[in-house]
Amino acid sequence: MAQLTMVKAINDALRVELSKDENTLIFGEDVGVNGGVFRATENLQKEFGVDRVFDTPLAESGIGGLAVGLGTQGFRPIAEIQFIGFIFEAMDSILVQAPRLRYRSGGRYSCPVTFRAPFGAGVKSPELHSDSLEGLITQTPGIKVVCPSNPYDAKGLLISAIRDNDPVFFMEHLKLYFSIKGEVPEGEYTVPIGKANVVKEGKDVSIFTYGAMVHTSLKAAEAAEKEGVSVEVIDLRTLSPLDMDTVVQSIEKTNRAIIVQEAPKQAGVAGELIAQINEKAIFHLEAPVLRVTGPSTVLGFPLIEEEWLPSPDRVQKAIKKVMSY
Amino acid sequence: MARTKQKAQSLLESEIKVAPITTFSVLSPEGKVVNEDEVPNLSDEQLQELMKRMVFTRVWDQRATGLARQGRLGFYAPVAGQEATMIGSQYALDKEDFILPGYRDIPTLHFHGYPMYQAFLWSRGHQHGGQIPEGVNVLLPQIIIGAQYVQAAGVAMALKKRNTNNIVITYTGDGGSSQGDFYEAMNFAGVYKLPVVFVVQNNRYAISTPVSKQTAAESLAQKGLAAGITSLQVDGMDVLAVYQAVAKAKERAANGEGPTLIEALNYRIGPHSMSGDDPTRYRIKEEPTEWEQKEPLARFRTYLEGKKLWTEEMETGVIEEAKNTVSQEIKKADQYPKMKMADLIDSMYETTPPHLEEQKAEYVD
Ligand SMILES: Cc1ncc(C[n+]2csc(CCOP(=O)(O)OP(=O)(O)O)c2C)c(N)n1
Ligand SMILES: [Mg+2]
Repeated sequence: MAQLTMVKAINDALRVELSKDENTLIFGEDVGVNGGVFRATENLQKEFGVDRVFDTPLAESGIGGLAVGLGTQGFRPIAEIQFIGFIFEAMDSILVQAPRLRYRSGGRYSCPVTFRAPFGAGVKSPELHSDSLEGLITQTPGIKVVCPSNPYDAKGLLISAIRDNDPVFFMEHLKLYFSIKGEVPEGEYTVPIGKANVVKEGKDVSIFTYGAMVHTSLKAAEAAEKEGVSVEVIDLRTLSPLDMDTVVQSIEKTNRAIIVQEAPKQAGVAGELIAQINEKAIFHLEAPVLRVTGPSTVLGFPLIEEEWLPSPDRVQKAIKKVMSY
Repeated sequence: MARTKQKAQSLLESEIKVAPITTFSVLSPEGKVVNEDEVPNLSDEQLQELMKRMVFTRVWDQRATGLARQGRLGFYAPVAGQEATMIGSQYALDKEDFILPGYRDIPTLHFHGYPMYQAFLWSRGHQHGGQIPEGVNVLLPQIIIGAQYVQAAGVAMALKKRNTNNIVITYTGDGGSSQGDFYEAMNFAGVYKLPVVFVVQNNRYAISTPVSKQTAAESLAQKGLAAGITSLQVDGMDVLAVYQAVAKAKERAANGEGPTLIEALNYRIGPHSMSGDDPTRYRIKEEPTEWEQKEPLARFRTYLEGKKLWTEEMETGVIEEAKNTVSQEIKKADQYPKMKMADLIDSMYETTPPHLEEQKAEYVD
C-alpha cells in the first residue's frame, strides 16, 4: 500500500470516481491546467479531458448553480470552492437550492452534488481562507457534512460523498493536506458517511472531535495517559448526520465526555452534540460535558492564529477538569 | 429606454451589436506620444513624480517578494507590470476621494496615505494592518473578490447624500469581472447615478485562469454597457492614459454624470502571489517577454528622457530611497507590539458581551 498525503489521497479518490462513472464532472476555479491551488485535481484534466475536468469563471455563485443544474440532469458534479471563505457567494446553491430539491420536488429531483472546500487554521493563510464554517452548514437540513482527519478516510469518504445521492459538503483541512501521510489502498474502497471512528480506545473519558483536532486531541490523550487517565478519542468523520450510536456507546463506557472542535464555541457542532448527549445519555454521565473550542470570535489573523486555536494543553486542562468531578 | 426605436424592420436589425473597442493610449510602448490632444495637463514636477512613484513601487515590490520568500511577510501579491494603472489612477484623485481596493492594490493605498509598515502588518496578518489612520480615505484591502465593488456603491451614495464633490474608485481584476457583485455594483451605481469609478485591471490572469476563460465578451469594458454606464478601455501600462481616463471619469462623477467603468489592460509579470503559485504551469513561454517590452516603467522613462526630465542619477536616487524606506518600514512592522487574544475578543463588538468576557478570562494568564 502506498503512503500518501491527504491531498494525494483526495486526488486519488477523484481519479477513481472519474474512471468509474462517466457522469462525474469536476469544476471550479483553477482546477484544470493548474490542478487546483493545492494540486488536489493535479493531472485530472490531462487524464480525463477538459469536458470532464474544467476551470470556471471566477464566480462561486455560478459554480454552485452549475452544480445544482447538472445534478438535476443525472450528472454527479464535484464542485470545488477554492477556499472555505468563498462559499458565502454560493450559499444559495449550497444551503438552499441543493438541499431542498428532493423535498420541494417530492423526490422527482435530487441533487447528488459534492462541494469540496479547503478550510482550517494553522497554516497562516490570509483571512477568510481557513475559518471553520461547518456550524453554518450542519444547521441546514438536506445536506450532509463530512470532514476527514487522515488520508485513508479522506479517500474513502470522498468516494462515498461522490456516490451519495444527496448533496454532500466535503471539508478538507489545510493543515492536514501535506502534514501527515498514511496508508491508502489503491483503487476503490469506501468509508461510510455517518459512521464515527474510534481512533484510540480508553475507559475514563471520551473525546469527540474531527478534522485536525483529532491530532490535537490524541496528543492530549497521550499526555493524560502518562498521568494515569485513560482517554478514548473518537473521530466523528461525519458532522451531519452525527453517529450518535457510537457517541452514546462510548459515554456508556467512560461516563465522561469532552468535545474538541476548532470552530468558534458559539452554536455549532459541539453545541449540537451536547444537546443530543443530553437527550440520549445524560444518566450515564458523571460530569458535565465540556467543550474545548475556538473562542466565539472570528478566527484570529495569522499572527494570533496559534493562540486562537485549541491546543493540546487546553484539551489536557479539560481532561483534568472533567476527571475532577 | 427613451431612445429605443419602436419597431425593428427585422429580427437581425433588433440584434444589439457592440462596435469593436479601441484601446485608449497616450504613449506607445516605445514612449512616443500617440495622442497629442489627450496628453494630460501635468507639470514637469508632476510627470517626474509619476515616474518616481513607479520606480519606488518596483523596488518595493522586488523587496517584498524577497521578504515573502524568506518567510518575513505573509500574503503578498506582486504588482510588477501594473504600476502604471495603480499609480496613474491614484494620482488623478483628491485626498478626500475614497479608495476601495482589492488585495493587490497596496501601492495605490500607500500613495493615498496608507503607511507601508501597516501594509506589512496586514500582509503578516496583524490587526493593526487594518487600522487605517484617521483622514486616510481608503477601506481595507478586500479578500472577497467583488465585495469592494458593491460596497463602492454604498460609499458613493453616502458621498452624494452629503453633497461632497468627491468620488469613489474601486478596483478588481479580470477574474473579478466574472462575479455577480461586479455587475450588481455597476447596475446600482448606474441606477442612482453614483460618483464611482470602477477600474478592472485586466492583467490577463486570475491565478492560472486566462481571461479567455472568464468571458466570451470581446472586452471587459463592454460589460458596463448593459448597466448603461460610460465604459472604456485604456492601455493600463501607459501611466498618462490611465491618469487621463480616471481624471475625466472623476470629473464626470463629481459633476453628477454618474459612474464609469475603465478596463485597464496590463500584465502581471510575477506570480499570482508568493504562496506557492508557479506561473510556468499555465503560461505560454514567450508571453512574459512579450509583455516586458510593453512594461510601464520603460516607456515612461523613454518619454521623460526625451523631455530631459529624467536621468540615471534620479533613478538611482529613487531606488536608494525606496530601499531605505522599505527597510525602515519593515523594522517598524517588526517592532510593533504583538496581538493579544484579549484585544481580538474585545474587537468583536462595541461592548464586549458577557459570554465573551467569560471566554476572555481563559486567555489572560
Ligand atoms: C470570492 C473569492 N473567490 C475566490 C478567491 C480566490 N482568489 C484569490 S485571487 C483569485 C484570482 C483573482 O484574479 P483577478 O480578479 O484577475 O485579479 P488578480 O489576482 O489577477 O489581480 C482568486 C480566484 C477570492 N479571494 N475571493
Ligand atoms: Mg487578473
